[in-house]
Amino acid sequence: MEGVLEPGKCRDGESLVHRFEVNGSRLILDVNSGALFEVDQVAWDIVGLGARAGFDEVMVRLGKSHQSEHLEAAFRELCQLKDRGLLFSRDRTQQGWYDGRELPCKALCLHVSHDCNLRCAYCFAQTGNYGGQRRLMPLEVARAAVDFLLRSCGPQENLEVDFFGGEPLLNLAVIKQVVEYAREQEEKHHKRFHFTVTTNAVSLDEDTIRFLNCEVSNVVLSLDGRPEVHDSVRRLSNGRGSYQLVRDNILRFVASRDGDYWVRGTFTRCNLDFSRDVLHLADLGFRNISVEPVVGLPDDPYSIRPQDLPRVEKEYETLARAYLERWAAGRGFYFFHFEVDLEGGPCLAKRLTGCGAGSQYLAVAPDGGLYPCHQFVGREGFAVGNVFSGLVGTEIVDKFRKANIYRKEDCRLCWARFYCGGGCHANAHLLKGSIYRMDPVGCALQKKRIECALWLKARRLQGKVPVATAYQATR
Amino acid sequence: MDRLTDKGMVHFRQVAGPTLRDPKNGTPCGECQTSCQSACKTSCTVANQPCKS
Repeated sequence: MEGVLEPGKCRDGESLVHRFEVNGSRLILDVNSGALFEVDQVAWDIVGLGARAGFDEVMVRLGKSHQSEHLEAAFRELCQLKDRGLLFSRDRTQQGWYDGRELPCKALCLHVSHDCNLRCAYCFAQTGNYGGQRRLMPLEVARAAVDFLLRSCGPQENLEVDFFGGEPLLNLAVIKQVVEYAREQEEKHHKRFHFTVTTNAVSLDEDTIRFLNCEVSNVVLSLDGRPEVHDSVRRLSNGRGSYQLVRDNILRFVASRDGDYWVRGTFTRCNLDFSRDVLHLADLGFRNISVEPVVGLPDDPYSIRPQDLPRVEKEYETLARAYLERWAAGRGFYFFHFEVDLEGGPCLAKRLTGCGAGSQYLAVAPDGGLYPCHQFVGREGFAVGNVFSGLVGTEIVDKFRKANIYRKEDCRLCWARFYCGGGCHANAHLLKGSIYRMDPVGCALQKKRIECALWLKARRLQGKVPVATAYQATR
Repeated sequence: MDRLTDKGMVHFRQVAGPTLRDPKNGTPCGECQTSCQSACKTSCTVANQPCKS
C-alpha cells in the first residue's frame, strides 16, 4: 500500500504514515510532518488502504465493513488533511543539513575514573576499567580536555562536560579543579559550561552534595528499582548489595536539590516486569526517572533477546497506563523516554544527526585519548586522537559525521527516524559490527517507547492530565 | 474513543502537528543538549531534547 509504512514497500522521499495501537487506542503518525491523529476504526481502515486509494476503491474494499455515509465522511476528512499537508506529506529534509556537514565538537564525556566502587554484573565498562588498567584521570589531562573543547567548539556558546566513569566521584578532587578551571575560561571565551555527573551514589556525602548543587547542572544517579532487582546486579566490591546505601544517599541528595537530576536504572532479562521498578522509584518520591534496557551481547545472561520482545513491549504499555494514572491522581513523575516533546522539540537537523557521537560529542579516556563516545572508549580501532594534539582519526570521524538516518539502510524508511535520530552508534557497532546498521531488538524497544509516548500525548491532550515535558519539569 | 471534533472532523482527532520544523534562520544552531548528556547513556532518543534557540 503506497504510503502506509511497511518496510520495503516505500521509496525514499515517499509519503509515509505509521498506524499503531497502544492500550486499545488507534493512532496515526504522519512521519514527514510529525502530525499525530487519534482515529476511529473507519479512518484507520481507510488510511490503511494507502495514499493513492480513491473513493471508489475505498467503497469497494471497505463497503462491507462500514456504512457508506461513514466511509464518505472519513474519506472527505482524509482528503482535507492531505490537502493541509498533515497526512501523507512528503519528506522535505534538506540534504545540506546532514550529509557530511562539519559540526564543531561542543560536548565531552570525561572518563575521570576508570575505576569503580561497585562490581555491577552487567557493566558495559567491564566494572569500570573498560578492559584496561584501573586508573584516574590526572588534572593535567582534564584541563587539556577543557582547552581542546574551547579550541574545537567554533561559535557554539553552550558547552557540555559530563564526568563519567567507572565512578567519577572517586576522582572528585580533579572534578572540582577542572570545573573551577572551566569557569575561569567562560568569560574570556564567551562560553557557558554545563556540567553533568553520572554517579552510582555510593560516596555521595554532604560535601559532594554541596558541590553538585552549586556547580553541576544535571546529575544522573544510578538505582535500578526494587531492592532485590538492584542488589542482584549492583554489588559492592565486597559482594554485598548496594541498594540501601545508594537509595538513602540519593534520597538525601534529591531532598537538597533544586537543579536537574535523573534517577537512572537499567533493566535486564531478569526483570522484564520493569514497570514495577519504575513505579518503585516513583514511590520513593523521585520525580525524574529513566530506566533503560541493558546493553549486552546476545549470549550475555542479562541481555534482552528477540523472544523477550512481546513481554517487554507489553510492559511498556503497562507502564504507560500506570504513568497516566499517576498523573491523573496528582502523583505524576517524568519517565525520560515517555516525554517526547511535540511542541518544542529539536529541529529537523538535530533529528537527522542524532546523538552527535564522533563529531559534536567525544569521550576522553584517563590518558587523554579521544573516542567517538563513552561506549567506544577502549574499543579497538576507535581512537581518534587525544586532547593534547587534537583529532587525528579523521577517517573514523568522517564516518561518524556522515552516519545520519539517510545513510543507514535500516533507518531511511523507518517511521521512528525523526524521534530516535538513528539510534545508538555504539550499540549498533557492538551488536551488528557497524554504526550504519541497527540492532533489531534495540530498535523494537525504541519504537515501542515512542509509540507509548505518543499515546500519552493523545491521552493528555484530552485534558485529563497536565501536558508537560521533562524539560519544563526540571528547569 | 471519544467522538472527534477538531475542525469539524469526526473520524480524525488531531493530537499534534505538524511538529517537525526547520532550524531557525535556516541552519541548525547546534546549541541544544547532546542526548547522552541528559539521562540516557545507552539508548539514544532525540525527540525529548528541547530546542535552545
